[in-house]
Amino acid sequence: MNLSSYSKEPKFRISRNLIQEIGFMGIRLITVITIFPILAIVVFIAIKGIPAISWEFLTAMPRDGMRAGGILPAIVGTLYLMVGTATISIPLGIAAGIYLAEYAPDNLWTRLIRIAIISLAGIPSVVYGLFGLGLFVLFFEFGISILSAALTLSIMTLPVIISTSEEALRSVPYKFRVIGISLGGTQWQTIRKVILPQALPGIVTGIILGLERAVGETAPILFTGATFFLPHLPSSPLDATMALPYHIYVISTQIPGMPITIQYGTVLVLLVIVLAMDVIASVIRSRARAKRQW
Amino acid sequence: MRKSEKLITNTIRIAGSSTILFILLIFVFLMKEGLPTIQEISIGDLLSKRWYPIEELYGILPLISGSLIVTIFSMVIAFPLGIGTAIYIGEIAPPGLKEILKPLVEVLAGIPSVVLGFIGILVLSPMMRTGLKLPTGLTALTGSILLALISIPTIVSIAEDALYAVPNSYREAAYALGATHWQIIWYVVLPAGRSGILNAVMLGVGRSLGETMAVMMVTGNAPTLFSGLNSFISPVRTMTATIASEMGEVASGSSHYHVLFFIGILLFLFSLIINITSSTLSARPKRGKDQVIS
Repeated sequence: MNLSSYSKEPKFRISRNLIQEIGFMGIRLITVITIFPILAIVVFIAIKGIPAISWEFLTAMPRDGMRAGGILPAIVGTLYLMVGTATISIPLGIAAGIYLAEYAPDNLWTRLIRIAIISLAGIPSVVYGLFGLGLFVLFFEFGISILSAALTLSIMTLPVIISTSEEALRSVPYKFRVIGISLGGTQWQTIRKVILPQALPGIVTGIILGLERAVGETAPILFTGATFFLPHLPSSPLDATMALPYHIYVISTQIPGMPITIQYGTVLVLLVIVLAMDVIASVIRSRARAKRQW
Repeated sequence: MRKSEKLITNTIRIAGSSTILFILLIFVFLMKEGLPTIQEISIGDLLSKRWYPIEELYGILPLISGSLIVTIFSMVIAFPLGIGTAIYIGEIAPPGLKEILKPLVEVLAGIPSVVLGFIGILVLSPMMRTGLKLPTGLTALTGSILLALISIPTIVSIAEDALYAVPNSYREAAYALGATHWQIIWYVVLPAGRSGILNAVMLGVGRSLGETMAVMMVTGNAPTLFSGLNSFISPVRTMTATIASEMGEVASGSSHYHVLFFIGILLFLFSLIINITSSTLSARPKRGKDQVIS
């Protein structure tokens, strides 16, 4: 028997370990290249933006063609849009999630619903803007308004809320349903009293992530609700509004001589709102995971 | 009692089907506002090489070309970075580091595109101009880099899911055969997860193609047709940016208005194709280990 081939083994092992070392090094480098810009952007905006933040900046109206004063109308506008979007998309999204998780039979119609959700999730945000313009602004004659913008953002947010709600409901073990029904509850009573409370943290996380996206979007509100400048706060849902993302676009591209600190300050405010929502969502998620008894 | 149960069940049923209604509404209203284009502008003019609405030149080829240039190049950057990071998070990183990296990537997903566009204008584009000695830093390349940042979170999370779905028994079998960790990743896990990885790239493409604000802010907005490698470091203009920057100024019902909706229809169809294909690709299998145990 020729054993000479075995003598080559150690050499082979060294070289493949070397390949592993090189490969791992490459992957680590790639990860650093990916992660570094994220940290750099957040830290950079924080450093540049903090000097602009003051009580006046957050609570005053803009002055001197927005080159001085505060950004109150943009902050308030963004909050209005968030509330409007939440009011429409949360009940609809949860109900659709319940339908898919608890009621939907496995048939063609359900498959169509799933295709519709996937399709909605992929539609470019600017196309939502066009749709909102065509349907809400012009056809329903809501005009350029908070209502039109919130409706548009709601439909954009819906797929996120539906999918996460469905997933959260499905993760509740089957026996909970059996127990609920066996205690004499109807299907809806079981869902409302047993399943929903168990799935709530997952649903809330999904809602926050969906709204987070809505808050940061500019393109869908460009032609449905956002306005360049408003000398007063919007007083009805049919008023147009300023909003932080659109305001950032305006002050960074449309107004010459815009003080740089105000720009960074505005960006920081939006970033803090969005990241705070991120943090809240992940705290809810990890807490629920720790408390879960199944 | 029974009546209210029925009412609620029906409400949930209707909510469940609402997504189908919305996708149809989007389709109908895009068509309603966009299809008149075909009567008003001949196909030849539409496929010409010049987009210059002031002189009623509506050639959409430069816009399609602009979208393709930035999308393809952003994928060239985002594919290795995204997949590499997914491999690191899913296969190599120690558990503690993994728990830090995953939320960090989610932070990037949460940063609004207008914020990235802002950083693009103030930081990235001056860097490109001085670094590459260009007349302007607002180029396709600058846009591609931002788009890569925007699509990386999508790619990482879908690709990581795909790697996670590879049954552990595959890894154990390879390990038992004496493979190194790197060999397991390269020869076993990646090939087994390839459909999911392909899916990740497709959704990344969808994300890039549909992105609006960041691209509009940093690509210089000059509608030019692809003309060799030089195009990467020249200003371009994408389909999305054209809609976003021009829709605010057109009279509703004009040819220009209709063409912008027509471009919206194209974007809508692209996104539909990408998302429906990718969803058929990713009939996600449950992790094999669970199947063995139960």
